[in-house]
Amino acid sequence: MEPGTALVQSKSANTSRHGEWYWLRYVYRGLIYLFTIALGIVFMLPFFWAVTSAFKPPWELYVFPPTWFPKQWQPQNFVRIWQLVPFAVWTRNSLIVALLNVVAEVFAAAAVAFGFSRYRFKGRNLLFVMLLSTMMLPVYVTIIPSFLLFNELGWINTLKPLTIPAFFGGGAYNIFLLRQFFMTIPLDFDEAAFVDGATSWTIFTRIILPLSKPALSTVAVFGFLGSWNNFLGPLIYLNTTEKFTLPIGITWFRVVPMEQGEPKDHLLMAASVTVTLPAVILFFAAQRYFVAGIVMSGLKG
Amino acid sequence: MAVAIEKSRRRISRSALRENLLGYAWISPWIIGFLVFTLGPMVASLIFSFTNYRIINQPKWAGWQNYTYALVEDDLFWPSLARTFQYVAISVPIGLFGSLLLASLLNQRVKGESIFRTMFYLPSLTPAAAAAILWVWLLNYKVGLVNYVLSLVGIQGPPWLGSQQWAIPAIILIGMWTGIGGGRMIIFLAGLQGVPEELYEAAEIDGAGWWRRFRHITLPMISPTIFFNMILGIIGALQVFTTAYITTKGGPGRATWFFALHLYTHAFEYFDMGYASTLAWLMFIIILVFTLIQLRLSDRWVFYAGAR
Repeated sequence: MEPGTALVQSKSANTSRHGEWYWLRYVYRGLIYLFTIALGIVFMLPFFWAVTSAFKPPWELYVFPPTWFPKQWQPQNFVRIWQLVPFAVWTRNSLIVALLNVVAEVFAAAAVAFGFSRYRFKGRNLLFVMLLSTMMLPVYVTIIPSFLLFNELGWINTLKPLTIPAFFGGGAYNIFLLRQFFMTIPLDFDEAAFVDGATSWTIFTRIILPLSKPALSTVAVFGFLGSWNNFLGPLIYLNTTEKFTLPIGITWFRVVPMEQGEPKDHLLMAASVTVTLPAVILFFAAQRYFVAGIVMSGLKG
Repeated sequence: MAVAIEKSRRRISRSALRENLLGYAWISPWIIGFLVFTLGPMVASLIFSFTNYRIINQPKWAGWQNYTYALVEDDLFWPSLARTFQYVAISVPIGLFGSLLLASLLNQRVKGESIFRTMFYLPSLTPAAAAAILWVWLLNYKVGLVNYVLSLVGIQGPPWLGSQQWAIPAIILIGMWTGIGGGRMIIFLAGLQGVPEELYEAAEIDGAGWWRRFRHITLPMISPTIFFNMILGIIGALQVFTTAYITTKGGPGRATWFFALHLYTHAFEYFDMGYASTLAWLMFIIILVFTLIQLRLSDRWVFYAGAR
């Protein structure tokens, strides 16, 4: 552990050595604590500002010095965005894409990881290395021909390019994470089931999947987030407003002129808060999967 | 082969066939996906990079024309590369340092660690579009939070995203808010927690101060983590796009005209697919070179505790 805890341990051991300067250590600890609090506040401040701005009437946003709390609460900003722009349609689109991606990523990546971890087939190591290297591929190298391919298929301006590819493997990152996890499940389970006449499929569904709920949940959580927040994909593949997902929708909303040129920053803030809300809620509901998931994949990397 | 021979000693070699069949069956979705969405497009874009292809016409072979145009005639090519490198050179070290700092603070075992972790981590969950829109407002010259806070300490804040000088720092700032407390920090935290306590205790008994301990124990022990974050950080930073696209669209006056923006514009606004493919492959080569250089240099400074 870092200096802090070691200090506490050494207290009983060598007080004589530190003597009268010992109180400095407590000051040190206190300062660190204050510094951490300060940083926490700094990080949270933009959120705070966004939320309070979202509740302000337009005129109050342009006062200087700015007000920390709305003098006049206007929660109807949040309602207005649903009326002014096709917010409901965008939300629906984002949800469809995100949920399909979650299902696809969880099951496709699990299946592929199952293959990589449970079966020794010729070329396995080479293929796995190729899998890993795709994680470092810049998206731009593949995106242009992908766009052209989807154009040929007539999938442009539909949600298909954003969902269907996920079913083919579920993402290298997820495959890697699940494979590492599967490798911690003893092969004895497989072999015992095999002896009892289980097929590969049964081993997958009855043994591996149930035992992997934590890892699968992590894949689901990050899959949802990645899809919900995705910007480049929808930007390229979606053209008309009723096909937009939320990130593209609010970006469009930002540049589209309002009637009579009225300001809309308060609405933009309300929109930003609303779009971020599901991600935040998801985090609080599934916190442990975040840390565990990042650590599981990151450290092995 | 060894598997098959070994297995035939114990059982029938049919099981090796079974392993092969089932293995490939299970990974087949990925193989298909890899061929159709990764390898195929990679090869296709390589070919396109040597053609003139504007969607409305058929691709026409053009040899090295695109490449020479990029390197010699395109007067936005080198500037966009320079701006991207500038962004990488500043944002990656600050990002690494910041993430490590936050992780170290969380590692101090202060009360309420998980609350602080949440506070640091939450910004990284913000959709890039929402964060960009939010920060345009925060960086507003007259009434933005940032300039307001600066005015409280007597500094006149600049026009940030509206200024050629401060636009890239603004983008870096936004990137820091969303990036420092995110996955990178968590990985550093895990790395820090993996350093054996005995090392610190032994050092302290020998009279090493906290800086000494940090420099000679912490840093070497987490150097693989630093390396990992650095590689991913550089690869990501080289592709900076979304924030710039939403906030400044490359302005003001091309101040934030990053390489990815340049590529995007040629691909999806001019629909010049041939040239855009060229740019994509040039970017890929740059990333490869950067990564290989780092890998080579890593032998010098990365310390693997388990290695001999």
